[in-house]
Amino acid sequence: MLAKRIIPCLDVKDGMTVKGVNFVNFRNAGDAVELGARYSSQGADELVYLDITASHEGRKTFTELVRRVAARLSIPFTVGGGINELADVDRLLGAGADKVSINSSALRNPQLIEDIATHYGVQVCVVAIDANYEDGRWLCYLNGGRIPTGRDLFQWASEAQARGAGEILFTSMTHDGVKEGYANEALARLSTSLRIPVIASGGAGRKEHFRDAFLLGKADAALAASVFHFGEIDIPDLKTYLSSEGIPLRRETQTI
Amino acid sequence: MNVAIVKYNAGNICSVDYALRRLGIEAVVTADAELLQKADKVIFPGVGEAHTTMQHLRQQGLDRVIAALRQPTLGICLGMQLMCRFSDEGGVDCLGIFDAEVKRFPAGKQQEKVPHMGWNTLGNVKDGLFDHRQEGQYVYFVHSYYVPVNESTAAVTDYILPFSAALKKDNFYATQFHPEKSGAVGEAILKNFLNL
Repeated sequence: MLAKRIIPCLDVKDGMTVKGVNFVNFRNAGDAVELGARYSSQGADELVYLDITASHEGRKTFTELVRRVAARLSIPFTVGGGINELADVDRLLGAGADKVSINSSALRNPQLIEDIATHYGVQVCVVAIDANYEDGRWLCYLNGGRIPTGRDLFQWASEAQARGAGEILFTSMTHDGVKEGYANEALARLSTSLRIPVIASGGAGRKEHFRDAFLLGKADAALAASVFHFGEIDIPDLKTYLSSEGIPLRRETQTI
Repeated sequence: MNVAIVKYNAGNICSVDYALRRLGIEAVVTADAELLQKADKVIFPGVGEAHTTMQHLRQQGLDRVIAALRQPTLGICLGMQLMCRFSDEGGVDCLGIFDAEVKRFPAGKQQEKVPHMGWNTLGNVKDGLFDHRQEGQYVYFVHSYYVPVNESTAAVTDYILPFSAALKKDNFYATQFHPEKSGAVGEAILKNFLNL
């Protein structure tokens, strides 16, 4: 049976350090490669690395980081941040990334989705959407939630799918950082209306929230950052719990 | 050991190269017929679209070179599909190593998503690429087309319907999943191939 995926997300600055990490007894926590390797060995199914550097110089070091991650990890990983044109995609896939995540650039230039799908296949193109619930509607935002667009989440997700998105990564700005659970109603509506996988993001605080994202939100994967980075939720514990709740998850036996 | 990776316009060549490096193997990535023929093992990776990729292989003359290889040869993902007789993706004749037709996943009863993306289990694993340790283990898949179960099937996975997760015939081996992205389980499978 196809397993639900658990995906830690790492925000990377200047191609080196991971933002918002606070582990006890893990000195290399800020190192993006070491932290990724640690999550991989704990059973993370996939990783997302987001480049939060704006400078041109930072972009180059991020590409170097992608190369080191690809050399080290034996699980798939997605990269995002600052991808505006096909040349950026080419550079990051060439460095060894499996997928790219595009957000504001896709809203500004939806043709980019088609270009990526045509050149590299739909499985490469993750369309990330930041949306906020206001006056009874889910509305999309640009630039990490700073600029409203007035675009409807469901309409935009459906257009992204039609243009060749392979997955939708939906972050609820309403739930992000609150740690009271994912936006399960909106997730379920997205997941049942789309033919492509949906990744839940924003709101994880407890193990039960992951269960709800899968069972109520019908998400194919759940992404989280701080609960993992601060050691509040341990991935092996989380997987044991979710398995006991009847959710199909990848487990590696000790014999390998 | 001399391992060659077939170089063409495929997406996952560097991932396969990195995976071999983690196992201590420096592979040569090449489209040169002689280097491919001389290698102890050949890996034929692939991510992309069948029709365009077959055209490219024919232009380079790689279609005949691959089909005539005598040493253990491993096709991965699109590589496996191209080793079949025909693909519905673009309606294209392929290498014909495995007597099977590649089909698109039908709509599932549970509204399963296509592409089949993520970790799924291996069943009925056969000797060669696999040993008993991989039975029931999870490996990583990304694909919208599948090879039906046939006489060359070497492992079965169930998604919408049971399909070939791996194939084996003479010196040819193939996996629909990505061993280079399948953690420790994938590494064990790559090691089994290198030890053939």
